Formats: sequence, structure tokens, C-alpha cells
Amino acid sequence: MSDVQIKKFVVTRFDPDKDEVPRTDTFEVPCQSDWMVLDALNFIKDQLDGSLSYRWSCRMAVCGSCGMNVDGAPTLTCKSPLSSYGDTVEVTPLSNFPVIRDLVVELDGFMEKLKAVKPWIIRAKEKAVEEGPYRQSPEELEDFKQFSLCINCMLCYAACPVVGNEPDFIGPAAIALGYRYNLDSRDEGASERNAIFRGEGSVYSCSFANECSEVCPENVDPAAAINQAKLSGLVDWAASLVLPRGGKD
Amino acid sequence: MVETHRHDVVIVGGGAAGLRAAIAAVEADPNITVALVSKVYPMRSHTVSAEGGAAAVTREDDSFEMHGYDTVKGSDFLGDQDVIEYFVEQAPKELTLLEHWGCPWSRNEDGSVATRAFGGMSIKRTWYAADKVGFHMLHALFQHSMRFDRIVRYDEQFVTRLLIDDGQVRGVVALDIRQGTMRAFLGRSVILCTGGGGKIFPFTTNGNIKTGDGMALAYRAGVALKDMEFVQYHPTGLPGTGILITEATRGEGAYLKNKDGERFLVTRDYGVGSKAELGPRDLISRAMVQEFEAGRGFSGSYGEYLHLDLTHLGEEKINQRLPMVRELAKVYGGVDPVYEPIPVRPVVHYMMGGVDTDIDTATQLPGLYAAGETACVSLNGANRLGSNSLTECLVFGARSGEQALQFSKGADDGNERAVRAQAEEEQARIDQLRGKVKGGEKLARLRVDMNKTLESGCGVYRQEDSMQQTVRDIAQIKGRFADLALEDKSKVFNTELVSALELHNMLEIAEVVANSAASRKESRGAHTRRDAPTRDDQNCLYHTLCFFDPAGPRIEKKDVTLGTWVPEERKY
Repeated sequence: MSDVQIKKFVVTRFDPDKDEVPRTDTFEVPCQSDWMVLDALNFIKDQLDGSLSYRWSCRMAVCGSCGMNVDGAPTLTCKSPLSSYGDTVEVTPLSNFPVIRDLVVELDGFMEKLKAVKPWIIRAKEKAVEEGPYRQSPEELEDFKQFSLCINCMLCYAACPVVGNEPDFIGPAAIALGYRYNLDSRDEGASERNAIFRGEGSVYSCSFANECSEVCPENVDPAAAINQAKLSGLVDWAASLVLPRGGKD
Repeated sequence: MVETHRHDVVIVGGGAAGLRAAIAAVEADPNITVALVSKVYPMRSHTVSAEGGAAAVTREDDSFEMHGYDTVKGSDFLGDQDVIEYFVEQAPKELTLLEHWGCPWSRNEDGSVATRAFGGMSIKRTWYAADKVGFHMLHALFQHSMRFDRIVRYDEQFVTRLLIDDGQVRGVVALDIRQGTMRAFLGRSVILCTGGGGKIFPFTTNGNIKTGDGMALAYRAGVALKDMEFVQYHPTGLPGTGILITEATRGEGAYLKNKDGERFLVTRDYGVGSKAELGPRDLISRAMVQEFEAGRGFSGSYGEYLHLDLTHLGEEKINQRLPMVRELAKVYGGVDPVYEPIPVRPVVHYMMGGVDTDIDTATQLPGLYAAGETACVSLNGANRLGSNSLTECLVFGARSGEQALQFSKGADDGNERAVRAQAEEEQARIDQLRGKVKGGEKLARLRVDMNKTLESGCGVYRQEDSMQQTVRDIAQIKGRFADLALEDKSKVFNTELVSALELHNMLEIAEVVANSAASRKESRGAHTRRDAPTRDDQNCLYHTLCFFDPAGPRIEKKDVTLGTWVPEERKY
């Protein structure tokens, strides 16, 4: 508990049952100095307007539910202190996604893209459980570890200038997560995934804006994954021209 | 008209237990399909917040006997020993599978999986992936599950009722949160994997979605909830938010200190012996409360707290092993643990109790199974050891998938018309509740009142009069729930309606917690009574069963399965 400051929240409202287009509501919230943006939304929901809709759960920046645009920037609201905002705070749904209601966006497209990059270990022959774990050195782990830290919060899709124009673009998080398996010493599926990266919505759509890496609340660097995927996709493709059966994994 | 989907097995919940169950079922039979019905996108499930690790015997200097004994002793001899033996034997295989499926376990130099120390474990047997173990396990499971087209996901579907006909479960009915309509998911068996219900308490590590839904569903359907009086306080939560600071901090060597800078677990007799900071959670949480009562805590704007000191571990180790703790402490605690101690206090973390199941995860209702925190298979008894629960989700999640599939193969579809009629009834009930403007009670107010009375009656220390007061309070709040007023009439993504349904579930299990607690006249594990401070094996070595009854919760007793380990004084 600490000093209280009144802030104004200008929040996007949209209910497809009632609204043709989104509108805004303004709420005055007595904010404690240690609050995050999410705390203010919860205050609104509990005390001012029970119909405000948004997602949240862990409130510790790991479940990835509470991404929204705050003052225009993609933000994980549970991790963003109100102290870094002014007296008026604007909260809108993440860009580049269909809006279901208020601050809730639809992620089904992302779920399909994630599945499309085959985010699982691919092996020519799977190891039997009786054989025990794979050996993987700390260095081999380090090769892919950072890309495995993606919490699927979708801030990178909201920030990406390409996703806005090309809805089929696989997009930063899904590419990073697919590429994460390419880099995993236990995996043998790189050529399969590289073919996907070269296909529809390919990695080559990326315009090097780097916005994805800048907004990532977990310090993942999806832009690096995309750049590396571009290169390995090309190498793989070139190899497939000279080697039968699509080159080696 | 309620839309209907039919699958061989219906799984409610997409966390570690639910995903593991789904994978086990589709791997066991190439011709079946599974519905994975979750109120959130699966990767939002609360498994994601687990930090410290998952236990299994994998080192040459370890043994099933040692893991088993540690678990039995940790449970204060209330764990069922056949379950514990099965668990420790299956654990290595399950963690290995996760490794094969891509989980980024931390490694030793030679490439083997690294292990760390954990509270109440006599040896370093806890596998970890830095300090984001639940997150990595959940995402590895979720991504691996995407291989199987036969795991059919239904995201953001809130199950409101089990469909039962002719004494057998036939499926579930759920509110499609996006559409606002009801869907029936029919299957010849159902597995509940919805996690715990820590949100009945005001100060908890649990996420907003942890509202005991599966427990309430089973309870209303006549299935007993078992050992619900045992609520685990984790020693180290951040004051204010309750955000978890993992026990792995102490596994890596952190100290707990009082305001005199004293390592009270070492200097005073709190029953943890030489384990000190690596004692089990129930003992350490009680020690911390006693430090507060002796005036040796710090006082802050969110109540009293103690210090968790990592400063001697050094920046490199903290960055490598505990990066999330550093980030959480900085962002939510305002301290950098490399240089300053972290303020912490005991916080509600985990429910040892849950839906009563046997060792095969089967409940008393034919066709209904449960696994993970939702269930009480009696692995954890009166106090769970840290890093056993993630493994539990795997071992018993897999078991439930196999068992539910087997049941499904031997069962018939039942009377679909009768079941559909129940789903239609449910639609009417939900439509009535949505935007019910008439009433004098507010959702947030009822929730706060429930939270307060639970904490005062069923906290770290308990006694008869305050527990009875909580029993009365909860009954009264349940009555007030009928007078709830809601504002949101919209069908699409009506989170107020979902919150009301969740509160209803929470009140149900809060009542069970309070009644179960008041019924146990001894202290054991996490259930500690000031007015009955010792364990009483003569009269109280039993599981508490609590049944739904229109007249109020009905308590019965069930035998504990003993075996190799004879109950003895629990000393460390």
C-alpha cells in the first residue's frame, strides 16, 4: 500500500452484439504507486464496470494472457508499472488480430501457424524411453534456449509491420518456436521446417523492422530467429538442388 | 439447441495433467479421438507458473526407497503407500519422455540432465530447466500434443456440469466463452484436470484461473472431495502480490533470515533439524509465522515479512539457475537479489486435497477420472514435497489417459437424448444467470468476504472457534450468492458470467475446506491446530471424505493405505 494517484483510463469497448464499430469508455481509477496496468483494469472490472472484458491469469509475466496495446504500444499489462505512464492511459486491443470483444483478441490464427511450423522433436527413428535421456551439452542447450522462452503473448505480432499487411505471414513467435527445434541437438527435422519457412507466408516476407524483438517482454529475439531461418532455408534449398531427397537434416 | 461433439475420451483442462492424459490416450490407440476442453488456451494453464523442478530417481546414489520414504514422511504419513510406490517408480520414465519431447532441461557438463536439491528431499533428485520448469514442461507438452490431429482442442470452453445418465458419466456441457452458447462434449469417459483452487484465499501464488472448477463439478455430481483441509502454504511469496519465489532458491543455497539477521531455522528448534532452509514447506511456514509472533519479522505495508537472502550465491549462479527469480524480485518486489535480500512471507500455494480417486485415477462415478492438483490420489497426504507435483501431473495424467480410454472401450454411448436434455437444462440455467440485474450483492464483494474468512479460519494455524466461524460465514456467503447482481448481458466473451460461475465453484470448495478442517481433531502436515497441537495416529490416521448433501457437507472417513513405512514421529 502506498500513495494513491487518480489516473484516467481510456479503454476500447466493442461488443459485436451491440456495436458496429469500437468505441471508448473513460474510467477514473485511484492507482497505488506499485500497481501494474493490469491492476487498474482489475479495479475497473471489480468496482466500476463488471462488463469490461480482457484476459489475464498469472500476473507474473509467464502465462502470456494479458497482452494489450497501452498508449499505442504492445504491452504485457501485468508487467508494466503504472508509474511509467502519465495521468491518462489509453488501453486498446492488440493490433493485427481480429477483436472478439473489448480488449480480447482472437488467437486461432496463431495457433494454426504454430502447429504449421511443427514445434516438436522430429526424429527419423524415435528413441525408446528405456534408452534414457539424450545427451545435450550446456552449450547445445544454449544454442536454442532463448527461443524456447517465448510465452506466446502475441506482442510481437501486434508490433510487426508485415503481419498487418500479410495476414498469412507465419510471424515472429511461430518462426522463433519452429526454428528453436531446428537448433535443438535432439532434433532431425530442420529440412522439413525449412521447407515450411520457405513456403506460404515465408520468412522472406520479413522486412527486418526488428520491432518483434524490441517489444518482447521475455527478451527473446525472434528477429534473429527469422534471419537465421532465412539463411538456413536458403542453404537447405540450395542443397536440395544438388542432393536427392531434400538434403540432409 | 446445444451443439454436440462426440469423442472417445473428454478431458477437461489443458495443463500438464490434461495434456499428458491426452497424449497417453491417443498413443494407446490409433483409432480414437480425444476432446481437450479448456477454459483457456492450454499454454495459459497454471502449470506455466511452476518454477523449481520435477522430482524423480535418476542418479545412481538415489533409490525408489529413498524417494518413497521422503514422500511418505513429507506427507506426515497420510500418503497412500501403494500410490507413492507406483509414483516413484514411474517418475523417471515420465521425465525422460518429457526430455525426448524437447523439454529444455538444464544440463551437467557431460550432457546429462542436472539435478538440484529441494525441500524434504534427502538427495538432489529434482530435474529443472533453470527456474521456469512449469513453463517449459507445459510448452513442451503443448507443442508435442500438436503432432496429434486426434487431440481435438476446444479452447475457451468453460465446463459447467458433468452429464450423467444411468449412473455413469456421459460427457460434459460447457459455456463457449466466445459465443456465449452451450456445447455438449460427449464421451464414454471424462478426465478432470482443472488444477487447484487457491483463489479461494486472498493471498496466493495461484493465477486468476485457479478456481477449483473440476473439484466443484465432481462434488456436485456426488463424488467425494478428499483431504481438503490440507492447504499448503509456500514459505516464500512476495508480499502484496503473492507471487511465488521458488523453493529452488533455497535448493541452490539461499537463507531465510529474521530482522535480526538470524537464520532462525538454524538457530532455533523448528523441527527441521540439519535440513534448515530445506525442510518441508509446512514446517517452514509455521516457523515463519512463529517468528512474526515473536516480533522478529519486518513490518511492511503488506504485513509482516522475512528475508530470503541470495546475496552470497553470486550473480553468475543467480543468472544461470534462477533468472526468473531475479526478474520477479526486481519487477514485483523492487529488489535485485544479487545485492539485497527478497522480502517474503508464507502464501497459499497448493491443495493436497481434491477429487477422491483410486490409484488408477478412477473416481467412484463410473467413467469419471481425475489427475493433477484437481485430484487427490493420495500421493501428497497432509503435506506435499516441492517438485513432486509436476511429476505427479505426468505420472497420473498418463495413467488417467490410459485408464479412461480403457473404460471408454468397454462402455456404451448411453441414452444420448437424456444427456442432451440435461445440456438444454444447463443452457437455460446459464441464460438465467447472464446479466441477472436483480440482486443486492456484488461479485467482488462476495469474493473478498470468502477470501477473508478462509484466511482467518483455515490459515497456517487453526483452532475450533475460528474454523466454525468460517463454516458459518461460508454458508452465509453461499446464501448471498443467490442475490448476486450482474451487469453484463452480452453473450460474447462475457467474463463477468464466467467469474460468477467460478465464484460459485469456489464457494463450494471453500465450504468443503472449512468443514473438512473443522472435522479433523489433530495437527498433521499442513493442518495445524493450536487447540490440538499433536498428531493423533490412534484416532486420526484417516482420509477425510466430504460429500455434497443438500443439507450441508457430509464428512466420512477412509482408510489410509499403509505398507513398507510404519508411521513414526516426523523429525528431521
